[in-house]
Amino acid sequence: MQDLVPKEYKERNSLVINPVKTCQPIGAMYAALGVHGALPHSHGSQGCCSYHRMHLTKHFREPVVASSSSFTEGASVFGGRANLETALKNIFAVYDPQVVAINTTCLSETIGDDIGSIINGFDVPEGKTIIHASTPSYVGSHITGFSNMVKAMIKQLSEKNEEAKTNNKLNLIPGFVDPGDIREIKRILEAMDIDYILFPDQSDVLDTPLDGNYDMYPEGGVTIPELNDTGNSQATIALGEFASADSAFELEKKHDVKPYILKSPVGIKATDELLMQLMKLTGKEVPAKIEKERGQLVDIIADTHHQFHGKKVAVYGDPDIVISLTEFVLSLGMRPVHVLTGTPDNKFEETVTEMMSDADWEYNITAGGDLFQLHQWIKNDPVDLLLGNSYGKLVARQEDIPLVRVGFPILDRSVHSYLPTIGYKGAILLVEKISGALLDRKDRDTDFELTEFVL
Amino acid sequence: MKNNNAGIEDVLDEVLQSYPAKSMKNRKEHMLIKDQKKGKHKIKANTRTIPGIITNRGCAYAGCRGVVLGPLKDVVQLVHGPIGCSYYAWGMRRHQGVAAEGGKNFINYTFSTDMQDSDVVFGGERKLKEAIKEAVEIFNPSTIMITATCPVGLIGDDINSIARQAEAEYGITVMAFNCEGYKGVSQSAGHHIANNEIMANLVGIEDKELDYKYPINLMGEYNIGGDAFEIERILEKIGYDIVASFSGNGTADQIKYSHEADLNLVQCHRSINYIAEMFEEKYGIPWLKVNFLGVDATIKALRNMAEYFDDPELKERTEKVIAEELAQIEGPLNRYKELFEGKTAFLFVGGSRAHHYQNVFKRIGIETVVAGYEFGHRDDYEGREVIPDIEMTADDRNIPELEVTKDDKKYNMRISKAKKEELQQKMPLDYYEGMIKEMEDGSIVIDDLNHHEHIKLTEALEPDIFCSGIKDKYTSHKMGIFSKQLHSYDYSGPYAGFKGHLQFAEDIAAGILNPSWSYINPPWKDNVELAGTIGGVR
Ligand code: SF4
Ligand code: SF4
Repeated sequence: MQDLVPKEYKERNSLVINPVKTCQPIGAMYAALGVHGALPHSHGSQGCCSYHRMHLTKHFREPVVASSSSFTEGASVFGGRANLETALKNIFAVYDPQVVAINTTCLSETIGDDIGSIINGFDVPEGKTIIHASTPSYVGSHITGFSNMVKAMIKQLSEKNEEAKTNNKLNLIPGFVDPGDIREIKRILEAMDIDYILFPDQSDVLDTPLDGNYDMYPEGGVTIPELNDTGNSQATIALGEFASADSAFELEKKHDVKPYILKSPVGIKATDELLMQLMKLTGKEVPAKIEKERGQLVDIIADTHHQFHGKKVAVYGDPDIVISLTEFVLSLGMRPVHVLTGTPDNKFEETVTEMMSDADWEYNITAGGDLFQLHQWIKNDPVDLLLGNSYGKLVARQEDIPLVRVGFPILDRSVHSYLPTIGYKGAILLVEKISGALLDRKDRDTDFELTEFVL
Repeated sequence: MKNNNAGIEDVLDEVLQSYPAKSMKNRKEHMLIKDQKKGKHKIKANTRTIPGIITNRGCAYAGCRGVVLGPLKDVVQLVHGPIGCSYYAWGMRRHQGVAAEGGKNFINYTFSTDMQDSDVVFGGERKLKEAIKEAVEIFNPSTIMITATCPVGLIGDDINSIARQAEAEYGITVMAFNCEGYKGVSQSAGHHIANNEIMANLVGIEDKELDYKYPINLMGEYNIGGDAFEIERILEKIGYDIVASFSGNGTADQIKYSHEADLNLVQCHRSINYIAEMFEEKYGIPWLKVNFLGVDATIKALRNMAEYFDDPELKERTEKVIAEELAQIEGPLNRYKELFEGKTAFLFVGGSRAHHYQNVFKRIGIETVVAGYEFGHRDDYEGREVIPDIEMTADDRNIPELEVTKDDKKYNMRISKAKKEELQQKMPLDYYEGMIKEMEDGSIVIDDLNHHEHIKLTEALEPDIFCSGIKDKYTSHKMGIFSKQLHSYDYSGPYAGFKGHLQFAEDIAAGILNPSWSYINPPWKDNVELAGTIGGVR
């Protein structure tokens, strides 16, 4: 029940109620799972690791395995060096990963453990790799943590091969998206015959088949040689400014690989921009089959525009996806009236405000907001549709508004992680979901005697 | 393989093989094979998890905010710390609660001070004070509970004095819990921290004239999937009155006068037995170990309760309700038994359910071949008689002990010493026998099971059902073995009482009989005659 949310605003500077973000390490853990043979390791007390594993497991319905330094009070006072060393020894002996990807937690950050120096003093087994990212939970959000772990991959692993100038490849950072999205990006790249290094890559890691065998390190994930090779690529495309841009800039700084920062390709415009950029960078054409998919999408939108036109929508969730979704619902003729992310960053507000420059209706935009705030906005200015993660169902139930689940996390529906949201194909699926939600509502609310078959 | 202990010893040896020497020595002490002939069994429990060994355990904060405090409906649970801890405790444990008429229910909300780096550097006290003020202004709750997450203790925020100030300022109950995640070795530390604070500062702060004939408290029942609803239904049908629940579907307001009960029922021994002891010491209320999971255990508990109150009318009523309830489920339950006969289960849960569910499975024909606790103590395995022998560790000493003494005004010995001794011959009054005694010879007991051991034991024993939590549920499914979550009950419940047992059997049937398992091997993996020539391949 959310019946205690008042319509009237009261000043609130310190109390967060029902957040639309979580902490850095879970993002880092998710990024690390996109490296082949990697075991994410959480340097802190074991509760964080347990929470992060549980939460990712619920979204993907897949095993998410990670280890912890299991701090006790002693480690919190004297530092976690001994715990990390013991942990690494046990990990390599018992679980034999190719890579250990260490993230910090607010505990080890507050203590000030220097992971780099601890690892330097550790005897890493032959052929194994350790990477580490600093992910203090009191800065940014899970998206920041994702970005920090991807950046660590680049910082610690990318190399430039001096003799051969380039590997003729394109680096592609997909952002905090589902395996289904990653498969779609790869399909587009392959259709265009582009050689790429995509990282992190959780496809074939968090969408594995049930075949009676459990494989702790499934076949997917970007490999260490591929990550080493990113310094030799010709350019980097980063999808999603918040999740991916920093790593692209790091590659530029380190090896002069030119970065191109694009929106997460959700919806027609953002996907167009991705394809244009791919064409420009590679000189390759967009193949007919992809162009046809675009045409189908346009056809669908034209034929069903009446379902969307003028409908008021609230969009909430992680910044990259919310930005693209806002652009997409605008392109459907809908009116985004409340746009909110929990990740604190002014750039979000600037980007969305710019998108809304033609809007002739009142709207709210906030970064660093929470679901309680969104709920209050909706009480004051109701909407026809909610677009965001599972937690919005509290608002949806209380205010009787349809909810289309998109983004992270989705805990109360399934299959989402297998299907794309990005690309033209993803947009078609999104249109189907939005249309279905709006029309189910219309059918429910229409007088039975006036029920229609054709809508 | 059963009853062949030598074979099972080989299995355990094989499991231990992969560990480095030190870890092997450690883990070996956390596992044993039940063997009646050996007499006493000793297991290591409630000690540190080895760093790097992939444990299922959580932290003290999870045990405090998540397990014990979370279910209290009328409380604003204000988490002081960075956002994550509050976020993950939001609606994930399936403790359900329905507010009484006119009462507030905060279970669906989560509250955080969302600590930022500047707070870590300069201290978060100002932010916490302001957050309390805002919560009071918006929600006007009768109780606020502040829980500390990892950084709080390190940066030195004094949440206790802030709570006291706020209490004075706003005239409501404000409590503080120093349950930083690094304390202790598991959630169990958090149970202690939560319960001690509740005992010290909430229980007994209000007196209430109750017109109840059989007033009882329900302890260590957290209403996962609605278990407490079902237990309440049965108890009320018999004629009991629940004064307070610790804490499923409970309220802080009721706990304030919980010393008015005449008997404490302890469901989860692990998380609350020490509080039950304190109630006896301070107020003279004995406790009875009950188990409302499984019809046989439920019937036993109900009969013991009636015997305790020793009222013929109550006994008669009890038998009548048992008969009525049984009549509704016995037929279908017996059919499930026929269906499942010979199947085996592997249980790894919390601190009591790995024991409680064994009778549930047994009744439907399923035998438990491995059982272990995530954060049980030795007494939960071996029985309360070992408590004097348990050595204190440094981690135990870090959790403040609470000493209670007789409350001269409120103490009232509910039954005489002689009567108690007489009852103790018949029932677990002030006693818990632990898990091991009830287990069959040849079954494995394992503490703080980890990922590696889960896989190895599953491969060796091939159980039909694996019961644990979400973290290893899908690992089990990948191996083709149905996994039922016994922490959260997945998406189902209640499983308690009579109807609950049937619901459980139905869910197990849905799981193990699901056709999907039969599709694991594609048909073309068996000999297919590749005779065709279309396309000219051959
Ligand atoms: S906020 Fe900090 S202590 Fe809490 S779960 Fe995240 S990393 Fe762990
Ligand atoms: S029943 Fe189990 S999961 Fe629940 S509190 Fe007790 S030990 Fe924990």
